[in-house]
Amino acid sequence: MSDNLEAASRQGAAIEATDVTVAYHEQPVLWDVDLDVPQGVLMAIVGPNGAGKSTLIKTILGLVQPAAGQVRIYGKPYAQQRSLVGYVPQRGSVDWDFPTNALDVVTMGLYRKLGWIKRPGKAEHSLALEGLAKVGMAEFADRQISQLSGGQQQRVFLARALVQDAQIYFMDEPFAGVDALTERAIITLLRDLRAAGKTVVVVHHDLQTVPEYFDWVTLLNVRRIASGPVAEVFTEDNLRRTYGGRVAFLAPSVAAGNG
Amino acid sequence: MDIGQILYDLIFDYTLRTVALGSALLGVVSGVLGAFAVLRRQSLLGDAISHAALPGVALAFLLTGSKEAIVLVAGAIVAGWLATMLVMQVTGQTRIKSDAALGIVLAVFFGFGLLLLTFIQRLPTAAKAGLDKFLFGQAATLLGRDVMTMAVLGGAALLIVALLWKEFKLLSFDPEFAGSLGFPVRGLDILLVTLTVIAIVVGLQTVGVVLMSTMLVAPAAAARQWTERLDRMVLLSGLFGALAGMLGAVTSSQVSHLPTGPTIVLYMSAVVAISLLFAPHRGLIARSHQRNRRRWQFAQEALAVHLSQHEGGPSAVLECSVDHMGAHMRWGAAFAGQVIRRAAAQGLVVRAGDALSLTPLGRETALKAMMR
Repeated sequence: MSDNLEAASRQGAAIEATDVTVAYHEQPVLWDVDLDVPQGVLMAIVGPNGAGKSTLIKTILGLVQPAAGQVRIYGKPYAQQRSLVGYVPQRGSVDWDFPTNALDVVTMGLYRKLGWIKRPGKAEHSLALEGLAKVGMAEFADRQISQLSGGQQQRVFLARALVQDAQIYFMDEPFAGVDALTERAIITLLRDLRAAGKTVVVVHHDLQTVPEYFDWVTLLNVRRIASGPVAEVFTEDNLRRTYGGRVAFLAPSVAAGNG
Repeated sequence: MDIGQILYDLIFDYTLRTVALGSALLGVVSGVLGAFAVLRRQSLLGDAISHAALPGVALAFLLTGSKEAIVLVAGAIVAGWLATMLVMQVTGQTRIKSDAALGIVLAVFFGFGLLLLTFIQRLPTAAKAGLDKFLFGQAATLLGRDVMTMAVLGGAALLIVALLWKEFKLLSFDPEFAGSLGFPVRGLDILLVTLTVIAIVVGLQTVGVVLMSTMLVAPAAAARQWTERLDRMVLLSGLFGALAGMLGAVTSSQVSHLPTGPTIVLYMSAVVAISLLFAPHRGLIARSHQRNRRRWQFAQEALAVHLSQHEGGPSAVLECSVDHMGAHMRWGAAFAGQVIRRAAAQGLVVRAGDALSLTPLGRETALKAMMR
């Protein structure tokens, strides 16, 4: 792992995607997307519905096969770098009435390290408890997951990613449908991760908070419109190109602070 | 029929022992695999698989002329598995949704199976008899060899579930995350579905293709009512399946012309009904009890809040009266009277004639209710 990190600091790119094209039923979802994400940034991916934001993340994670292009994590294919990557899927992608508790869900973040067949034991449980404590959910360890609020469920998912002890985190809309308190807790967590030198990529919907929460941004609408530091690329012009001229509702302050 | 005799026969009578063992076995295997199928929202898949197994059974007989369990079961597994892969392909490659794909595959395979069965009935050979037991099941015809075949197949399926427990749990809860960790999700999916095919085929001869899917879905649905843990749900589901299987098979073997499948399913339905009604927390009775308790609690809090807003105010005499509460809260006089009686009994309010006043405890209750 340390070799990979050294290689990374030489190259400067944690994630490198080249010419990624994805199609569902011959309909292009992503066209020729290039992406270079340096290590240690907090990056938002923004774009309208159907822009391919989730698909981009899933392609990087190897969950969706691209029609063309390749993805490298610290210079190597994802399959060789799984131990460096943590993932937070959309909260709505699972059935929260599944018969299990919060601790058990967090423990799932350790399943790859455990390997096949081996069951989690005491060591895994205490790691999972630590993860829950980091998101302020230790007291809910035994709670059935359907008894948790939306924000608490989101924090359980974050804890599961934290126990993966990764270098790069991908999060699919972690702010969707959570209350203000959880939003603050998540943003504090993201900043802690960045301070620890981790790279975090977040699919985000609220344009207003992009300059405040993130230092790097990718604007996506099937094609990559722009990608880089928020101060440089989060401009009104780029937003208009991403959202097709329907950004009049944006407060002028959002765009004014940039460029 | 006396219970003592049945218990005696269960141990010493070859036929009854075989029947009971075979049916318990099918119940355990289908209950365990069914728990996963239900949690993965694949309840209907069992129906398609079991119906699709029929042409497999008929073809296996036509090709070999044998009615050995192992031959027919092999035919059923191949046909059930093909149907499942077809459903997965159709759902993955076309815009047809899975329920429609299941319906189409079920009807096509089952129709073809009935056609073959009719054809076989008209054959002039003596060996043709008995295949129709696959429609509704006939436990009484189970032989020791059949049970051996079931035990080997079912035991293998259960062993794989035990070994890959954590992988199947992750697959059932969050397949995307499983994929990101590097687990071969598609392979695991196919494996779990294949085990489901085996679970169904193991029970076909006893329960029949028409009702076999119940043995997959019903024990799981019943077990889900009693627990919030996957391991307990799976164990309980297997237990319910075994219980219904054994009771049904023994009953039908004691009464002539009673088909086994429907008898087992009736026992299973009873377990489901009891679970839906009486399970703690998730059961209907527990739920209505909770709702009722909340209704009274809310009513008393509403009373306390209303009084606390108006006590000492200019219209206190009017607002804080027994008469007024019925109209103001849209409670009606009878319900209002009950609420006030209960609140008084708990020391929240004091009633003097028509006038109501809050106790310190009542004031505290109102404050707490508003802070929540």
